[in-house]
Amino acid sequence: MTKKIKNLNLNFGPQHPAAHGVLRLILELDGEVVEKADPHIGLLHRGTEKLIENKTYMQAVPYFDRLDYVAPMNQEHAFALAIEKILRIDVPIRAQFIRVMFCEIGRILSHILNVTTQALDVGALTPSLWGFEERETLMTFYERASGSRLHANYFRAGGVHQDLPVGLERDIAKFCESFPKVINDLENLLTDNRIFKQRNVDIGIVTKEDALDYSFSGVMIRGSGVPWDLRKSQPYDCYDQLEFKIPIGKNGDCYDRYLCRIEEMKESVYIIKQCLAKMEKGPIKTFDGKISPPSKKEIKQSMEALIHHFKLFTEGYRVPEDEIYTAVEAPKGEFGVYLISDGSSKPYKCKIRAPGFSHLQSMDYLIKGHMLADVPAVLGSLDIVFGEVDR
Amino acid sequence: MKNLIDLEKKINSELTTKINKTKIKHNQIYVEIDKEDLIDVLLFVKTNKDAKFRQLIDITVVDYPEEVQRFKIVYLLLSHEFNQRLILSYFISEKEVISSITSIFPSANWMEREVFDMYGVNFKDHPDLRRILTDYGFEGHPLRKDFPLTGHIESRYSEEQKKVINEPVKLEQNYRNFDYESPWEGTRYIKEQTKIDDKKN
Repeated sequence: MTKKIKNLNLNFGPQHPAAHGVLRLILELDGEVVEKADPHIGLLHRGTEKLIENKTYMQAVPYFDRLDYVAPMNQEHAFALAIEKILRIDVPIRAQFIRVMFCEIGRILSHILNVTTQALDVGALTPSLWGFEERETLMTFYERASGSRLHANYFRAGGVHQDLPVGLERDIAKFCESFPKVINDLENLLTDNRIFKQRNVDIGIVTKEDALDYSFSGVMIRGSGVPWDLRKSQPYDCYDQLEFKIPIGKNGDCYDRYLCRIEEMKESVYIIKQCLAKMEKGPIKTFDGKISPPSKKEIKQSMEALIHHFKLFTEGYRVPEDEIYTAVEAPKGEFGVYLISDGSSKPYKCKIRAPGFSHLQSMDYLIKGHMLADVPAVLGSLDIVFGEVDR
Repeated sequence: MKNLIDLEKKINSELTTKINKTKIKHNQIYVEIDKEDLIDVLLFVKTNKDAKFRQLIDITVVDYPEEVQRFKIVYLLLSHEFNQRLILSYFISEKEVISSITSIFPSANWMEREVFDMYGVNFKDHPDLRRILTDYGFEGHPLRKDFPLTGHIESRYSEEQKKVINEPVKLEQNYRNFDYESPWEGTRYIKEQTKIDDKKN
């Protein structure tokens, strides 16, 4: 007598703590082995690209904070760079250092969240408690610079919105001294932990070829041994003046990606220290009155400044007709903006290339043949944030 | 090729008639082709030893509703080997079906689904062409320029029916789109008139 065995379909999410947001994953299971995974995304789709088409360039910046909301300023950076390249404006050196510093803070923010929640997914609670304390400190730095913990709206084409408040540089330097100890503590808990290793080593292996085929970037491609980091290969702002190393994995599994992230955090601290050391007093945005708004003091005294202020906040600045793709190395991978300007003050088209989109796409390939319990581990190491996947 | 100019020459000499136009700007190479040559050109830039554009970064569409060939399909490619970016584009009209490139780049799968969802461009031989970002049962293609910003329907929970229902959008105030263009630069109708006059002369 033969018995017919039917595969089981399992709905994972959209409301599931291990889904890292609103992912609906339809899994086809044969016993406990995953045969097929079909991610349904778009539950957080807000039409960012459409909204940006209807906003001026300055008004579009806050939408970038809401994409990958654990590292908001890295996204703004890509947009600011795209506009700067079209307008051909130079960014003052102090502004470049401020931007790079906050991008690295964003990288630490994102990596802490990812590493600790991945640990949480596989059963370790403590790292997230320790890590989130540090994230809170970092977000107060965000708040002191921009006025907001998460949705910074701080970068502008041609610089940053305002200079750093007094004492912030000192406090960030203090953080750089204390933070490596926290990374060490996290490593003590996780790196050689038997359970953590059992859950991550040899899980979700990506080969070099597949990493290229599936458009992986960031830690996902570096974990598989491809030395590719846009900060090194296509340096933007002042990255070419800074020294840092690019950690690379060997096996391309979840564990290597975890190690890459830990190492990257250490490198980020090193970059922040260099930024603080090299940062000198000076202007923080371009002097071009047609692009950056005048100071409050000037508005009170100068007619021209008043006109500029009025025009900038009603019409906005115009960007000549052009087409450009700019990418930055966001914590999750290559974050790009494909911008088409038509000479008006609003973008004609602004396509956002989110790294998470192509990473999540490969879910089916990564999880096929693994156990159901590996789904959260693989998902965790992909570093998915739905703000950017769904846009 | 180490150099973008060499690469441009190479592409032009190897593919000759398949290339309509190339240009280099912003340290990227822009290539315009015809719809029919897509697969050939992509295979060439992916496999040729002097190009090696191994990674497809993204696929997107630009909508120009006034044109007959209203959609410009754009492929963004990256070569790790030579550290170069290539932007490939061609125009199609609304009803045209284009060939899917999922067999060349597996990552094109979702990107094409997104293009289909957002612009309504159809792909031939795509393994699984479903909507991806919009809701189940959504109608229309939101990123087209003629799709209103506020959309057509809104959802709410109905207490009577005990479920989420969709209704036509009702706005307390219409979406306001102010024209902030400087009056000194002339209003639109005057500009258009001068353009026509210029053409006559």
